[in-house]
Amino acid sequence: MEYIIGVTPYLIKGIQLTFIITVVGVFIGFIIGTFAGMGRLAKNKLVFWISTIYVEVIRGTPILVQILFLYFGVSDLLNLDLDKISASIIAIAINAGAYVAEIVRGGIQAIDKGQTEAGRSVGLTSAQTMRYIIWPQAFKQIIPPLGNQFIISLKDTSLFSAIAVHELLYMGKQYAASTFTYFEPYLMVGIFYLIITIPSSIILRKVERRLDV
Amino acid sequence: MITVTDLHKSFGSNEVLKGINNKIAEKEVVCVIGASGSGKSTFLRCLNALEEITSGSITISGEDLSNPSVDINQMRSKVGMVFQHFNLFPHKTVLENITLGPLKVKKETKDEANEHARALLSKVGLEDKENAYPKSLSGGQKQRVAISRALSMNPEVMLFDEPTSALDPELVGEVLAVMKNLAEEGMTMVVVTHEMGFAREVGDRVIFIDEGAVVEEGTPEEIFQNPQSERLKSFLGKIL
Repeated sequence: MEYIIGVTPYLIKGIQLTFIITVVGVFIGFIIGTFAGMGRLAKNKLVFWISTIYVEVIRGTPILVQILFLYFGVSDLLNLDLDKISASIIAIAINAGAYVAEIVRGGIQAIDKGQTEAGRSVGLTSAQTMRYIIWPQAFKQIIPPLGNQFIISLKDTSLFSAIAVHELLYMGKQYAASTFTYFEPYLMVGIFYLIITIPSSIILRKVERRLDV
Repeated sequence: MITVTDLHKSFGSNEVLKGINNKIAEKEVVCVIGASGSGKSTFLRCLNALEEITSGSITISGEDLSNPSVDINQMRSKVGMVFQHFNLFPHKTVLENITLGPLKVKKETKDEANEHARALLSKVGLEDKENAYPKSLSGGQKQRVAISRALSMNPEVMLFDEPTSALDPELVGEVLAVMKNLAEEGMTMVVVTHEMGFAREVGDRVIFIDEGAVVEEGTPEEIFQNPQSERLKSFLGKIL
């Protein structure tokens, strides 16, 4: 019990950073993914290929490799003084962006082609059709998988303990190492993740149900 | 008004339209009939540049659709299109469905667009539905909204792609009545249809398309009373 109480302040600190990295990272990832997802549907070959290569490279490599490559590799090569938290946010954004791209692509493709034709037939440009007709409908469809991606990205931040970001897992690990106790700290780390993920799932299900109506 | 010259359209190696020539005059109501897969819908969609043509030319009000300097969006706004499956925007109210084009393409003010839309709705008998969403409407009501949406751009010609084919039989009449009204007001119309009664009564000219070519055309009397070709005779024999 004393270890459970003892680890809690550390984990409260850790979960805050975990949460910030996830929210900011996924938000940026959502913007990247929106463009990349539309890029995957672009007629322009260059745009299509850039988006496709991005998505395939990111989905095909582990996020742990991505963060090590970014934090040590890229910052070394370019002589960047990249701090750990920024590196983590960038890594989550780039990683989530690739998955969001596929979500967005699927959402747009799920909209009936007749909607585009109806928009174009009243004289809207293809950009206007996307903005006023396709996107609002696609967005509704992609909210549930986006919520899912948020939860996945949240758990992915635990890998950033590899570069000693003071996120939730790292804080628990530090406490465990300094007290030589392992059961309680890691149990609590798990519980702390659930404190965010379970309510997220519940909110998500509520939103889904409301959209269904 | 519309001149179609040697229009060819292929999907891959499948040639769907094999050289169509036609002239559609102002205020003329042309009904296009033919079996499923004959190319009649593709022909109509080419007139609105929803399908890119393979060769030949289409001119509308003297402007060549395939000329790259012609603004295709501007061109489309002069051509109203009504679809078999309505294609209303489900996330927008009836009024918003109708005003989207005028607001974004013609840059009308909201008041102008709303006023015009309400006038159109009362013309099609749906003045009480302006705040409804499409999913709460019957098929016939949806199609009447779709017609209003196309009319909101003040088109010079209206294209109808089997506008009653997706409707329950008892709802067909209300849509045809709206179309008949439109024809009587002098709208130029091209109607792909299976409603031979409508073609006979409202059409000025009937075009029979089979296997991607115009096999026969003439007044409704000529086509329905006195078909010449075997293919038209057999087609009429199956549907009448």
